[in-house]
Amino acid sequence: MRRTLISRKASLQALFLVGALTLLLPAAAFAKTEIHFWHAMTGQLGDAVNELVKEFNGSQSEYEVKPLRKGTYPETLTAAIAAYRQKAAPNIVQVFEVGTQTMLLSGAIVPVYQLMKEQDIKVDWKDFIAPVVGYYSKDGNLYSMPFNSSTPILYYNKDAFRKAGLDPAKPPQTWKQVEEYSKKLIASGAAKCGFSTGWPSWTMVENMHAWHDQPFATRRNGFDGLDAQLLINKEFGVKFIGQLAAWQKDNIYSYGGRQGTADPKFVSGECAMYIQSSALIGGFTKGVKFAWGTGQLPFWGPPYHKATSIIGGATLWVMKGKPAAENRGTALFLKFISDTNQQMWWHVTTGYLAISNSAVKNLEAGYHFKRNPDQFTAFAELTQGKVTPNSQGIRLGNFVQIRDVIEGELENIFAGKKTAKQGLDDAVAKSNELLREFAAQNKP
Amino acid sequence: MKRTVFRNRWLPYLLVFPQMAVTLVFFFWPALKSLQLSLYRVSPFGDRMTFVGLDNFTRLFTDAEYYASVVNSFIFAGGVTVIAVAAALGAAALATQRIRGLIAYRTLLLWPYGIAPAVAGIIFLFIFHPAYGILPYFLSFVTSYEFNWLLKGWVAMTLVIVATAWTHFGYNIAFYIAGLLAIPASVLEAADVDGAGPLRRFTAIVFPLVSPITFYLVVLNMVFAFFESFQVIDAVTKGGPGGATEIMVYKLYKDGFIGLNLGSSGAQSVVLMAIVIGLTVLQFRFAEKKVTYS
Repeated sequence: MRRTLISRKASLQALFLVGALTLLLPAAAFAKTEIHFWHAMTGQLGDAVNELVKEFNGSQSEYEVKPLRKGTYPETLTAAIAAYRQKAAPNIVQVFEVGTQTMLLSGAIVPVYQLMKEQDIKVDWKDFIAPVVGYYSKDGNLYSMPFNSSTPILYYNKDAFRKAGLDPAKPPQTWKQVEEYSKKLIASGAAKCGFSTGWPSWTMVENMHAWHDQPFATRRNGFDGLDAQLLINKEFGVKFIGQLAAWQKDNIYSYGGRQGTADPKFVSGECAMYIQSSALIGGFTKGVKFAWGTGQLPFWGPPYHKATSIIGGATLWVMKGKPAAENRGTALFLKFISDTNQQMWWHVTTGYLAISNSAVKNLEAGYHFKRNPDQFTAFAELTQGKVTPNSQGIRLGNFVQIRDVIEGELENIFAGKKTAKQGLDDAVAKSNELLREFAAQNKP
Repeated sequence: MKRTVFRNRWLPYLLVFPQMAVTLVFFFWPALKSLQLSLYRVSPFGDRMTFVGLDNFTRLFTDAEYYASVVNSFIFAGGVTVIAVAAALGAAALATQRIRGLIAYRTLLLWPYGIAPAVAGIIFLFIFHPAYGILPYFLSFVTSYEFNWLLKGWVAMTLVIVATAWTHFGYNIAFYIAGLLAIPASVLEAADVDGAGPLRRFTAIVFPLVSPITFYLVVLNMVFAFFESFQVIDAVTKGGPGGATEIMVYKLYKDGFIGLNLGSSGAQSVVLMAIVIGLTVLQFRFAEKKVTYS
């Protein structure tokens, strides 16, 4: 038998290899599957997202969710689309409500109900609150996981009210009262303007129509077909926007720009009242120096009857084409954030709505709403009235551009360049064109 | 004229290759892709591409908003070019005198060019915003007229023109200072002896002698105002109010990246490229005749 001498060099190499493998193998066994989560939350909300993710990551050892703020909502969506085309999409992407139709018809997503079924994870779909579920479901199944839903409410400056001789515990409930209070506030010098608004199309056009049970578009606000047309230039729209334009002249209403650019008007005390997302509660609690309160959206009164407001905010969509191991992690994370405890924590921290009835019940049982009545305003708007076909939501293609068109025409109207009727007619004409384009693009 | 001669046949191509590669990959390839996209109707996620020929272009040319954006672009580019070039020439004329602190003045005049246009936009936002800007606050003590550019289109346009001109001003002034310093003092002295006042010296001698620089800067500023100005508009007005500051390059971005209509965006970028090429050719053909090269 021939004896094979193992040289010293060879044995050292073998030792090194074994040693390296011993060190690497456990690491490989412990490597967590990464779940990439792209979102658009910033500031205090961004911190809350990171907290939530840290909780999940700490609660189990198989998956690690990596949150990444990609920019604003449109920027995040664009980034996700670009990544998807490069086959490098994230697992979860947060898309705002106006992107719903685009996502539904994209062929790039895995519906949430399907994901949970595939992963055999039980979710009580019936527990979610109706207005939120209705917005994001198709044929009774939920396609994206509601995450941060809000609705516009009225914020008001209690200190200014006191100075103007108004009862700080009573926010205005009708638009006539808003006008009356504004006049008193301006006359007494308590404020320079009565009220301002954020996200003008969402608050003043979409929500006002829903709140007063008026249709925003045909085909049940677009839910029933891609051939919808806008109805915002009818009697109610023209009357309401015309009134806003008239108020703009007396500083009862002061237009402050799109999205949240008018926030400083309220925070600085320039305007005593402000209509914006309920999601601002968290930020206002930390940053506003004066006493403030909230109230439900003002209502015209007869001949209109009240329905409910519409939700805004965003949901989490699951992207297609990811490996099965990652899909499991995605499903577990979505289950985690929709659990009652997480819902309650998220609501209390951010002011966004808790989306399950159990969470709301628990919050009520803990007297949370009694101690923080402002946080109940949003719920009240969504659940106290009756949901009608006009108030269950809006589902339109090219909705981002449509909002842009509407807001552009609103600016023309408030600047006095067009009358309310002219501006709204133009907005409807341009928007209908955009809807036709979308329908053509998505012909089955 | 000196000519550089390379011993090695391949060396010059090798040296030019990196720049050509970058230009091809980052400029020509996307331009060709844009050209291709402009002939299609593309779904946002790219899974559906239908050939529609010139449909995107016909939609553009029948859209009143598109014409408005073209007009806005010309107003904007014209405003920026005139202000940036004229102000730079004036400031350069002042900055080439024998005065104390000359170096300090010149440095300060050049600094704004180092600021990214987006940052300049934010600075102007903080100065001019109707809700939280300092200037409207002080103006409110002087006049009751509201320069509210969130509602008044012409105020918004003036604001972005001034902000963009301010950022590009430094670039122009650097060239002008060099140009003015290159004018031989003897020529100006001779004119002075002949009895020409400062204005006449300027129009008859200085201006013609810096005309090559003026020509170059006008072309460059125009192109810059058509393309690079996106940053200021995005930071300040986002095309508002009501589309008053929506220039072609901004509309292209909005339709493509926010509206997710890539076909229309591609068509718009093709038209924009054609316009700017046309402008540059026109300028070279007509204005260059008036330029006196020494």
